[in-house]
Amino acid sequence: MLKKYLDRMKPHFEPGGKLHAFHSVFDGLETFLYTPETTSKSGVHIHDSLDSKRVMIIVVLALLPCLLFGMYNTGYQNLLGSGATEFPFWSIMAYGFLAILPRIIVTYVVGLGIEFAVAQWRGEEIQEGFLVTGILIPLICPIETPVWMLAVATAFSVIFVKEVFGGTGYNIFNVALVTRAVLFFGYPAQMSGDHAFIATKPILGLGGTVTYADGISGATPLGQIATANGGDFVIHNIIGQPISDWDAFLGLIPGSFGETSTLCILIGAAILLFTGIASWRIMASVVVGGLFMGFIANTFATPTYPASYLTPLQQLLYGGFAFAAVFMATDPVTAARTGLGKYIYGFMVGVIAVIIRTYNNGYPEGAMLAVLLMNALAPLIDYCVVQTNISRRMRRLKAKTEQAS
Amino acid sequence: MRREISLKKGLDLNLKGSIDKSDTTPVAVGRVAVVPDDFQGFVPKLDVKEGDEVTQGQSLMHDKNAEAVKLASPVAGVVKAIVRGDRRKIMRVEIDACREKNGTTTFEVNPDSAESIKAALMESGLWALMRQRPYDIVPNVAKQPRDIFVTAFDSAPLAPDLSLYVKGKEKEIEAGTKALKMLTPGNVYISVRKGEDIKVPQQATEVLVSGPHPSGNAGVQAANIAPVDKGDTVWTLDIVTLARIGDLMLNRTVDWNVTVAVTGPEVYEPRYVSTVAGAEIAPLLEGNVKSDDRHHRIISGNVLTGITTSGDGFIHYPYRQITVIAEGDDVDEFMGWASMSPNKMSVSRSFPSWFMRKKSFAPDARINGGRRAMIMSGEYDKVLPMDILPEYLIKAAIARDIDKMEQLGIYEIAPEDMALCEYVDPSKIEIQKIIRDALDYMRKELDD
Repeated sequence: MLKKYLDRMKPHFEPGGKLHAFHSVFDGLETFLYTPETTSKSGVHIHDSLDSKRVMIIVVLALLPCLLFGMYNTGYQNLLGSGATEFPFWSIMAYGFLAILPRIIVTYVVGLGIEFAVAQWRGEEIQEGFLVTGILIPLICPIETPVWMLAVATAFSVIFVKEVFGGTGYNIFNVALVTRAVLFFGYPAQMSGDHAFIATKPILGLGGTVTYADGISGATPLGQIATANGGDFVIHNIIGQPISDWDAFLGLIPGSFGETSTLCILIGAAILLFTGIASWRIMASVVVGGLFMGFIANTFATPTYPASYLTPLQQLLYGGFAFAAVFMATDPVTAARTGLGKYIYGFMVGVIAVIIRTYNNGYPEGAMLAVLLMNALAPLIDYCVVQTNISRRMRRLKAKTEQAS
Repeated sequence: MRREISLKKGLDLNLKGSIDKSDTTPVAVGRVAVVPDDFQGFVPKLDVKEGDEVTQGQSLMHDKNAEAVKLASPVAGVVKAIVRGDRRKIMRVEIDACREKNGTTTFEVNPDSAESIKAALMESGLWALMRQRPYDIVPNVAKQPRDIFVTAFDSAPLAPDLSLYVKGKEKEIEAGTKALKMLTPGNVYISVRKGEDIKVPQQATEVLVSGPHPSGNAGVQAANIAPVDKGDTVWTLDIVTLARIGDLMLNRTVDWNVTVAVTGPEVYEPRYVSTVAGAEIAPLLEGNVKSDDRHHRIISGNVLTGITTSGDGFIHYPYRQITVIAEGDDVDEFMGWASMSPNKMSVSRSFPSWFMRKKSFAPDARINGGRRAMIMSGEYDKVLPMDILPEYLIKAAIARDIDKMEQLGIYEIAPEDMALCEYVDPSKIEIQKIIRDALDYMRKELDD
């Protein structure tokens, strides 16, 4: 029935129809609802059933545990900070849902709006890349990021990081991470520090008002470490209780919305690795790189850099490291694309992330910058790997001509 | 001499409609066609006109650039039509076979003289059945091949079993190998699938090959035995052509009869039929295509590299196979990208079919998605058993960057070798077309 309706509407969107100006939107919707009937015209007669829509949807699926946990954690942190003694599950979830919903809607509306407009302008089919980006952006930002800032940053990075390069598949930098970088450097006061990571106000009568007591901050564990003075320090939560590694693993700590729970990230990683959508080479080598650098930093721990007291395992548990390893570094478009290149790229992401967060107290978290830096270097890594293939071929040729002469 | 190569990368596609018995049904020959487009690099000039009577083996066309290279008529009969396309391009020459006129052309050949062998191959039309790397074209007459690679098996989906074709032809294969050996200073390699019983003559180097498709492609075998470098020329052919060459050497005639495998999920009874090269397809399929109200796609060849025959309806060289699949343009599939149907064929573990390793599928011709930029990385590498970085080669090919293409190994490759890359590609890029166009472009630019 829906199909009949679409077929009836179709002539309006074809060249000459009155709604032709919106044909990209229509095509996008039609191909989303129904598999296109396009059959192969050249080359192979059959194609694998996997397409980029399914690839993107699987990534979104893998992000769902993080999203759901983020809702729970947001509500939980709010109740904890406002002095509640009871933590009813559904009201926590409802609070978190209401807190994140406007952010998700705004990023999708802004991002997809730009994608639709550009696709229309270029006369192309709408591409599904932003489906993933649009959910990633709210997940990696602090919950208190003002909605208008999200809109501005999303618009900036979709236009200048993706569309000017040609759209999905052509960008050099990870769009979601650039959005966060724009926020981080453009609005540092709202994006970091003590008060960004915990939702402070009640929404629709749910939740409470968080008042920060003296000497108690809502900073993330890494933020607290970066500002610690001297050797002995204890990471504490919003009401001053210490945070254990177990809390960090589960994710009941202050942090950006979706990246606190290592457990949920692992579930996502399992989905991505099982389906083969993300590269296990990259994921594994990011982890190895982080452990390696974490071990070195921990071995030479010094009070000048308090984060160097974190054990290698803690380096993986705290902050955005795990999220970056699983969802950010593995973005196939901006990562290295050659087999060997992926190992180098991933390892360097892990190493640099730990270097930045350990040896620069100004940046409590280095995962974002590490991935962006390696995005820039990935083409160079690939160039070198491709060059080894080329020089192998050239050597063979040279050996042959020498033999002949 | 004997060598062994084991290829790990690649993919065997399990399709419905494979042949399980080897007996052959003869089908009377009516009309046949010779299509010059099947012979890449051959620029046709007609030797006959409509209404001419021809004998089997008589030249129908010659190559404008190398007059000695001919395309021969596979049957004796009357030239019924010369079909032309845009700008009077010759699409095909159609011949009606006449049973009463069964004249067969005989050719002069001295099996001890390389020049005489070459001349006989060109005159008889067998030269055009071989391919040259680089460019995957009919061999350039001016170039001596470094080596010659013969493949003795076809690994493509539902492909016929070539060992049936050469049963009892040991003598021909030996004579053919001897003749080819005269034409190259290097080796004649014959690649046999490991475990198959095909006797390889002394003069040739036997190579035992194991691994999934495309291990049966002569070019893939060449790349793993002795890769083609810039300046090299090698020839590739299959063992059936080799036997025909041997036949020419021994009997001075060419046998154009061919066994065709009728396969595919939309065929009632997959079977072998015997006919001649270039035969009309309709009689071979008569009553054997499922009448299930679906649109059908009849492919001359296999599902990866074959040619859609909706345009003419003849068997195209080099295929000895017909595959019938559903077209699929009549299917409305709601949210196909979210499907968990076990009938979806895929290499991805995101489909349940991955758990059913033995299951065979009936895919249709839909491209199952939209064309995109290259998003996923490393997908092509898994199905290309050559020391080549396919993604970068494809990009260089699209960019028409001749230096880069050379450096990345364009001389080693033919479009058919990358057919599986095109199949697995989630971005649905027309890889074989890109490679074909790039090869043609290079040949034009380098004036080769």
